[in-house]
This record gives sequence, structure tokens and C-alpha cells, in this order.
Amino acid sequence: MRRTYHLIALIFVLAFISFDASSQCKGFAKKICKLELIPYIHDGNYHAAILTEGEEAELYKTFYSGQSYRLAICGSDALPDIEFQVIDAYKNVLFDNTEHKKVRVWDFTLEASQQLKITVKVPVSTTQSEYPASGCVAIMFGFKENAE
Amino acid sequence: MTKKFNLYSSFLFLVILTLFGLSGCKSDSKKASQDVNIEDFISEDDIFDDIDKAKKIFYSLPSPLETAMLIKSAGAEYDEELLNSLENVTKYTTSRALALNLGIYTTDLSFASLFDQTQTSINYMTASKKMAEGLDISDAIDMETMTRLENNLQNRDIVMDIISETFLNSSSYLKENERQDIAAIVLVGGWIEGLYLATQLVGDNSIENNKLVDRILEQKLSFNIVQRMLDDNKEKDTGEANEEIVELISELQELKDAFDKVTIETTETQSIDTDETNVTTIKSKTKVSVTPEDFKQIQLVIDNLRTSFIQ
Repeated sequence: MRRTYHLIALIFVLAFISFDASSQCKGFAKKICKLELIPYIHDGNYHAAILTEGEEAELYKTFYSGQSYRLAICGSDALPDIEFQVIDAYKNVLFDNTEHKKVRVWDFTLEASQQLKITVKVPVSTTQSEYPASGCVAIMFGFKENAE
Repeated sequence: MTKKFNLYSSFLFLVILTLFGLSGCKSDSKKASQDVNIEDFISEDDIFDDIDKAKKIFYSLPSPLETAMLIKSAGAEYDEELLNSLENVTKYTTSRALALNLGIYTTDLSFASLFDQTQTSINYMTASKKMAEGLDISDAIDMETMTRLENNLQNRDIVMDIISETFLNSSSYLKENERQDIAAIVLVGGWIEGLYLATQLVGDNSIENNKLVDRILEQKLSFNIVQRMLDDNKEKDTGEANEEIVELISELQELKDAFDKVTIETTETQSIDTDETNVTTIKSKTKVSVTPEDFKQIQLVIDNLRTSFIQ
């Protein structure tokens, strides 16, 4: 009987955790990270995931000349400040937020359209904790038209 | 008994922790096992050549809103005749048709809104709403959204924010409900619609010094991303082939062949300047070239693809 009870509890907890984590991530992107894009217009795309301390993610996107872009990368409160780099096809690091007080946003424009890679890292926290922290990380883009 | 129960509780806790970890990283492991073969891509895919399969990978295509903005900023003019007919709305019943045309109608909506076509914007938001409802994304475009749109039709910034919000609602819903394949099809539909509008607007005009032509040819760069995004979804969680995605990859092969005739040469970044407003300019040069015959072929392939998508 106890076994059955625990099994039901386990299923319930897992279903709740899974649903709650994903809906929190969506809400975090929409209600918190998107605000970082103002006054740029959010492109509408959704790139977010639950990441744990020490984990990394990469995003590939083509950026076009004549547009102004804002990149916003945000981590939920449970996570240390997120680190990110923007890298071109020649592997040049165009921006590294660890050299800019780990800012969440970067505004840029390009003279020539090109693909860029954005690497995102959740650093390991310096504070002592029994378990590594996990939380939502969102990568969002805003744009506006450039007067050419 | 207490000791046995404690052991059991500890075991249960560990199982929960492990399964929670697996749940959170599910897409990571899926991506790792389905990653693309980079050996097929050398010259124009250098950006991908040190892809780390252990990481979470995102591929980002221009959204319908960005696509419409790119077309407008290249000097295109508005032509309502080019939009997918609203009479087609009732034709779409399969998830593939609904997803493709959610992307298509959202791009048409964005295009009309950027040119301040107020009544058309409402009509195409309604069409997009029907596609979203067909895909069981009931919250993406609700009555509140429609009312907000109607009340702010004269304010383009708010209209664009509403379009962006509705697209975010649908893409986040699909991705967080393990329907990344449908989210990918929506994006492809919107992207092809953008290419269709742009190629039709070029028409028979000269391709020399034509900004809209350059914008179209530059989409070769995003085609690589389309391929990788679809490859990531061509297998279901059960291991079976995802026929809708496999079919779409096959249909896009002709476009790949057509884009293969386009040459894009970009110089290494020459400098990075940041102005007083904190905006960085990445300075490099690019040269895009194609013959008039090969551009005609791109126009034809896109026309055929779009015709098949809206049927």
C-alpha cells in the first residue's frame, strides 16, 4: 500500500515539476527577459531552456546588414550571472560580456550580412551549495530598422 | 523498519532527482544524438565547424516579423495581391498545412502591418488565429489580443508588439509541449512566404544593384539553418521517422540546389567600433553574386514551393 502511495506521489511530483519548470521558463522569457529588449522590437522567436551551473548552450543565427539588433541573454534569479560570447565564422570573438561586467544586452549593427554564433555559459557559483543550481536561460533578439 | 523506510525514502529522492535532471535535459540528449554531419558543410558553413554535441543547440531563423521588416527595409512596395487568399483558410486541416500557413499568414500579417494596412491586418490576424486554433494553441491569439489590435491599429509600434507577442505565444507553446517539429514547420512556412513576397516584388526588374535581390540571395545563409533545424526534428522521440519533416526536407532540396548557385564571400571582420550610444558596428565586406538565369530559377523554385504550401 505504501509502495503504491509513493509511486502515485512520484508520478504527481514529476508531472508537476516538468510542467512547472517549462511554464516558468516561458513566463520568464515573456515577462522578464523580453523587457530587456525595449526599445527594440522583439522578433517573436522563443529560445529558452532550463540549464544547470556549468552547462553551456549555442545559438546560430544570420544577421542582416542595415538592421540594428539587440541581443538579450537572461538567467533566472537562481543562477549566477550568465556569461556569453558572440563569435563570427572566422572564430573572432566580437563581444564577450565577461569583459563588460556581465551585461545582459548587447546592441550591434553589421555592415555585411553574416552568420554568427552565440555561446552561453552558466558559470559555477562560488557559493557553497549541496546541489548545483538550475534555472531558465532565455536568448532573445530585438531589431529596428536602420536609416541607410 | 525505520531504517528500511529511510533507505527507501532516500532511494525515492534519488530517483526523483535523476528523473528531474533527465526531464530538464531531454532536448539536450535528443539534440546530441541527432546532430548534423558537419563534414557535408565546409565553405559556407564554417560557423558550424566546431559544434559541440554535448551542448544545447538553438537554430534561429528570421521570424515572420523580421522577414517582413527585411523586405520593407530593402525598398519593397506593398502589393496585397501577393498575400495568401483568406478564402484558403478553411482548406487547411492537417497539422502540416496548419503549421505552414500559420507561418505564411503571420508573415502576410506582418507585411500588411508594416505598410499600415489596418483592415488587412485584422483579417490576417483572424486567419492566423484560425491556424493556431487548428493546432490547439488556443492561447496564442485570444479575444483580448484581437481587441488590443483593433484598438491600436494606428500605432504601428504597438501592432508590431502584438504580432511579436502572438508569435512568441505560439512558438513557446509548441516548443514547451514537445512539438518542436511543428514550431520548425511554422518557421519554414513564414520564411518561404517572405522569400515569395520578395521574389515576386523583384519580378522582371534588373538584379544589378537591387537591394531586394541581395536580401533574397543572402537567405542562402539562413537556408543552412533551416536544414539543421529540420534535421534535428526528422526523427520522433520514439525513433520513427517524422514523415512531415522528411517530406519537407525533400521538397526544399530544389531550393538548396538553386541557392548552391549563389556565391557569398564575406571578408573577415575588419574592425568593431562602438559609438556614444553604445551600439557596436561590425565592419566587414560581402560580395553576393548570381547570374540572371540562376536568379530566375530561384524565383521559380520559390513560387512552386509556396504554391504547394498554400494548396
